Amino acid sequence: MAGECSCQGAPSDAVNTLQYDMNRCVNCGRCSQVCPHGVFAPGDFKAQLVNYEACMECGACMVNCPVNAIKVESGVGCANAMIKSALLGRKEVICGDDCCK
Amino acid sequence: MAEMMRTDSVMTSKDKREHVQIRIGYHRMDHKVDPGLYLIGVPSAASPVFVTSNYKLSFDALRTSLNGFDAYVLVLDTKGINVWCAAGKGTFGTDELVGRIESSGLKDVVSHREVILPQLGAPGVAAHEVKRRTGFQVIYGPVRALDIKEFMDAGKKASKEMRRVRFPLKDRLVLAPVEMKNFVLYALLFSIIGFLIAGAFGLAVVFGIYFAGLLLFPLLLPYLPSKDFTMKGMFLGGLISIPLVAATLCLWKDMDPIEVASFDASIVLMCVSVVGYLGLNWTGCTPYPSRTGVRREIYRYIPIIAAMAVAATVLALVAGLFDMGAWF
Repeated sequence: MAGECSCQGAPSDAVNTLQYDMNRCVNCGRCSQVCPHGVFAPGDFKAQLVNYEACMECGACMVNCPVNAIKVESGVGCANAMIKSALLGRKEVICGDDCCK
Repeated sequence: MAEMMRTDSVMTSKDKREHVQIRIGYHRMDHKVDPGLYLIGVPSAASPVFVTSNYKLSFDALRTSLNGFDAYVLVLDTKGINVWCAAGKGTFGTDELVGRIESSGLKDVVSHREVILPQLGAPGVAAHEVKRRTGFQVIYGPVRALDIKEFMDAGKKASKEMRRVRFPLKDRLVLAPVEMKNFVLYALLFSIIGFLIAGAFGLAVVFGIYFAGLLLFPLLLPYLPSKDFTMKGMFLGGLISIPLVAATLCLWKDMDPIEVASFDASIVLMCVSVVGYLGLNWTGCTPYPSRTGVRREIYRYIPIIAAMAVAATVLALVAGLFDMGAWF
């Protein structure tokens, strides 16, 4: 997964799938704004990936990046949902009618 | 233009009662607010527009934080799910926001072209898409509605602190009752089994595990060692097994030492594995774990947990056979 682009972060034993292609960044500042864990910070010319480990793969940065500089396999980190979907062979549900009963 | 509804910042006793019901998981999916455009105070065409989900707790958090404001509240239809979860699911999303802006006739209600969204709605909303499709600029407000006043006073600028998700004691504890309710049937079932195997002491083990995994775990979350939730749970399970084992050593002095040893080993393995599993189950209710990290935890720990649980059952049965031997 890592190493497909000129990415920052993403060591081979990564705990998350976040990839940031700095070359594409237009420094709009959205990623720093939307991240709830301060993974990105505004830089002088490009957004900086400053806290890679804290990423929880919510996908907010990717969705709000206007130039597709960020990729992450987003999903809810819910073991309950993942185990349920594995046992029942169904698609993983996310918070709602079908879960947490 | 669609009709506008009216709301205020007051929490009535009925609202408070409903909040309690939500927190104990009573009719959990039934606490919805009608989607659409609401007025709060006496807004003019220049007043700000705040967007939220149609989950009762989300809507109430917003409107109570807008005390003294003249504003509009645009409620999206998220099927009664809170902002962050709905954003992850995509129902608090670009399409719903664009559709709601159009169906509410917001363009004719306000003279500006700005909507203020909770920051945690961002995983579902592409701000640049909304701008392109409606002309409305998305402004991401603070994570917590409580910070809205400060945010507005600062000229719609959120401080670094306002942009971070926190998970303080109060936020952790308030989740415990729902989780305890979710597992109550298992607890009853295992109470019966525990009682049949070891009488009142078996009950104590089941209750210990239940409260450790569902109440102590969220309480102690930041203080338990390791980043892995399962490991945190297994550590806590080990901790609560100490007084239980100590009790057997005091109470069962006259029993066959092999029987007591089997029981104690069973208790430790049971506590470690089950509280570890319950710990893993907390991942979805907390704002830290990534999907990749959780998947890794599942592969890493589930086999160990299963092996420990099987060993614990076998040991409990061995100890039980000793008892039977004593009867015959």
